[in-house]
Amino acid sequence: MGISRRNFLKGSALTAGTVALTGKAAKASVDSPELRIKGLQTSTTVCPYCAVGCGMIVHTKNGKIVNIEGDTEHPINRGSLCSKGSALFQVANNERRLTHVQYRAPGSKRWEKKSWEWAMQRMAQLMKETRDRNFVKQEEIDGKTYTVNRNDGMAMIGAAALDNEECYLLGKFGRAMGVGYIEHQARI
Amino acid sequence: MTNHWNDIQHSDVIVSIGSNPAENHPISFKYVEMAMDKGAKLVSIDPRYTRTSSKADLYAQLRPGTDIAFMGGLINYLLKNDLIQREYVVNYTNAAFLVNEDFDFNDGIFSGYDAESFRYDKESWAYQVDENGMPKRDDSLEHPQSVYQLMKKHYARYTPEKVCEITGTEIQSYMEVARAFASTHKANKVATIMYAMGTTQHTHGTQNVRSYAMLQLLLGNIGMAGGGINALRGESNVQGSTDYAVLYHILPGYLKVPTYDNVDLATYFDKWTPKTNDSQSANWWSNTPKYMTSLLKAYWGDAATEENDFCFDYLPKRSGNYSYIRLMERLQHGGFEGMIFMGTNPIVGGPDVNAIASGMDNLKWLVAVDLWETESSVFWKRPGVDPKDIDTEVFLLPAASSVEKEGSISNSGRWAQWRYKAVNPPGHAESDAYIVDQWIKRLKELYSKDGVFPEPIVDLAWNYGDGHEPDIDLVARECNGRFTRDVVVKGKAFKKGQQVPSFAYLQADGSTSSGNWLYCNSYTEEGNKMQRRGLEDPTGMGFYHDWAWCWPVNRRVLYNRASVDVNGRPWNPEKPVISWNKLTRKWEGDVPDGGWVPMSEDGTKSPFIMIAEGYGRLFAAGLADGPLPEHYEPMESPVANFMTGQQCNPAVSVPGKIDNSGKYPYVGTTYRVSEHWQAGAMTRNLPWLVELVPDMFVEISEQLAEWKGLKNGDMVTVSSERGQIEARALVTERIKPFRVQGKLVEQVGMPWHFGFNGMATGGTANTLTAAVGCANTTIPEYKAFLCNIEKGGIKS
Repeated sequence: MGISRRNFLKGSALTAGTVALTGKAAKASVDSPELRIKGLQTSTTVCPYCAVGCGMIVHTKNGKIVNIEGDTEHPINRGSLCSKGSALFQVANNERRLTHVQYRAPGSKRWEKKSWEWAMQRMAQLMKETRDRNFVKQEEIDGKTYTVNRNDGMAMIGAAALDNEECYLLGKFGRAMGVGYIEHQARI
Repeated sequence: MTNHWNDIQHSDVIVSIGSNPAENHPISFKYVEMAMDKGAKLVSIDPRYTRTSSKADLYAQLRPGTDIAFMGGLINYLLKNDLIQREYVVNYTNAAFLVNEDFDFNDGIFSGYDAESFRYDKESWAYQVDENGMPKRDDSLEHPQSVYQLMKKHYARYTPEKVCEITGTEIQSYMEVARAFASTHKANKVATIMYAMGTTQHTHGTQNVRSYAMLQLLLGNIGMAGGGINALRGESNVQGSTDYAVLYHILPGYLKVPTYDNVDLATYFDKWTPKTNDSQSANWWSNTPKYMTSLLKAYWGDAATEENDFCFDYLPKRSGNYSYIRLMERLQHGGFEGMIFMGTNPIVGGPDVNAIASGMDNLKWLVAVDLWETESSVFWKRPGVDPKDIDTEVFLLPAASSVEKEGSISNSGRWAQWRYKAVNPPGHAESDAYIVDQWIKRLKELYSKDGVFPEPIVDLAWNYGDGHEPDIDLVARECNGRFTRDVVVKGKAFKKGQQVPSFAYLQADGSTSSGNWLYCNSYTEEGNKMQRRGLEDPTGMGFYHDWAWCWPVNRRVLYNRASVDVNGRPWNPEKPVISWNKLTRKWEGDVPDGGWVPMSEDGTKSPFIMIAEGYGRLFAAGLADGPLPEHYEPMESPVANFMTGQQCNPAVSVPGKIDNSGKYPYVGTTYRVSEHWQAGAMTRNLPWLVELVPDMFVEISEQLAEWKGLKNGDMVTVSSERGQIEARALVTERIKPFRVQGKLVEQVGMPWHFGFNGMATGGTANTLTAAVGCANTTIPEYKAFLCNIEKGGIKS
């Protein structure tokens, strides 16, 4: 992740974040005294916990989140948040978050830090080998031969924590890879 | 949800069953209370006396897994006392339809059952049809083969006395619930049902939901403001991830995944496009070819042509059930080399987690993408194993959180709302979109050189800009769909590349693409509607049509054409969802469920547009386990089925590791708490939440505590046929034993959030649950199993 990308995203996301289709700015909570948010940039988000879909305001300063609170304009929660929603700040600012690609070799007792480049190459290679070894082109069922074009060597699980667009990309990727075993939290 | 959160304020009776909104969807309770302030009654039906129960006007205790007995009794009460919304039932449901003479039900088994395969031949469940292929009907509802009479006969067995013997409910509370619910049969009164996983996580989970839906149809409550049947979904985007079909059996927008015998696109269309002879039925799924072709165009772009069947062969064809439980069984048999976990933690969240964890030992490789080190990502150093013995290569990839990336999520009320990126992810963390993008780009490169059947990968349309990560705006546009050439549709000219205005414009000839037809209209030439923040509410009904966007086509209440009489007049004029303006000859209010004229006029369509016959199904011939919900005991139960000689759902085969011998005497059930979330990674790593609920616990009754010599806070061992865990005893009067068929049945309840890793650790409740699922969906039966409880920690 290069410096240029950081600068690019900082600029675009924060301005995009505050302008709605209607052209109306997503204002910070109406009861926020001006001083409290002076010099802070605001953007809106939606709670990542349950599916009520409460709106939140995120305040940032110098690329760091300094505050998250309920969005008083949001028609569902009108500024309220529950215990989990109120704790989102600690998801963004948390020393337990993963910050590096980690790799565990077969039989090893520990993680090793790896670069994205190395890990991506290795994963792509493994996925290809698995697909090529386990690809079922045709299957015989009740005495007839059918083309099924399926990769039975791998399974994919999870997506409820992903955005819609990411779910779409994940599904598109999985189906192109021929994966039939695609499941996630909605099933369980 | 057929309705949405704000809409709950319009209810007269709110029935919370299999859900605990005050605890698990706290902000939704704002609308429950708003309704109560206006005089609504809250009914809480739950095994435990929950936070929701504590706010309720009526509380009825229900033994886990006995919803159908409870609801069947209510159906009986409505039919016996003629407390139904008759005009609605006759005109909008299949109550008047006649069912085949061969249909039968005998001692718990419907006609057509094959005990060897656990399957039904459903032919005898079909409607009788006339010479034009139209279902025969009797609007007087008197015909003995009418759905109404069959239903009446079926549920006559569910007397209040018998029901309460099964459910353990006090009969007085039961009758109070029956009277409250039935009061909404009046055209202008409405009840809502709020349900969640307490309903679905059973071997008869789908039939539980059906029983609720049937009641709502009989009372005329579907389509109404303050009505409907509302699943309170537990994850912020589990609605969206379902709509986007990250599941084995569906493609985006609930299109079917092709099966092995769909040898070409025409065969696929023939098999999966429902047909009707009723010209009054919209039969919306008749558009399947348009939506499927548009999806194939979104996937394979210019490579997908009419000549090559739009690359239909590139899609994998399934030849079995690949659902979660089956998938995990295959894992245990060494069926997979590799697995990808995207923000998921199966060895806490799956059923019978010990079996899943040992299955993972068979993997050659595992990729886990997460914000945290989860239990599943460190399965190779879980307690009781030596990492030396596990040969899996594991990749743990640091992901971006919700405020570190951009995109939409869909809430339970189907509102797709946009989230913006506030900051960069920490360290080297990246968005899920970045990760998937990198995989496919590298695989495209590898497969362009060699490999088995490279075409689906090499030809995959993947055009999301040249940035560091995919341009999410471009992805959102593709999900909506665009025209692939200049065309005229419905008299309107569109240019190549233009966004498709709504799914009504999608075509089956390759002239449109759409990554998800259900979201077609979310991102049009007007812009990205999911970003909208308009607060106008001209009807005062809280639809907020200019706030974000909701599927389908921004319709806020589904089946809303059932909220009006045949002349288009709202059943409840004070809370109209839509109404027909005779002067302008247009619908007003919410986006109508199809713009057709009212039912009394020519050219109309029946309101249940997603059903081939157009009528709400009181009797549903498509289910695996019967056309009418019938009470069966959970797979593990301390009592015999008091209703029939059929103990468990006959359409579910009995798996291994089930013990009904009496060795495990107590009913176990799992649930969530407000301070934690799902498999725990997102809350057990946050100091504030860990401080609030630091430990795994098991709730037990005062009587059981006394019997076992336990006091609050004591360490106990909870065991089942699958395994054992330690937990702190939480002795409470909120948990009470049930009186079932003259015997006292104890229950214990526990949260399922804990695991061995993270900041707060504790026993994993799903060590105890069984890998057996619903006959229709295969959702695991987490909510009712048998266990034992003993004082002290695990004795090894």
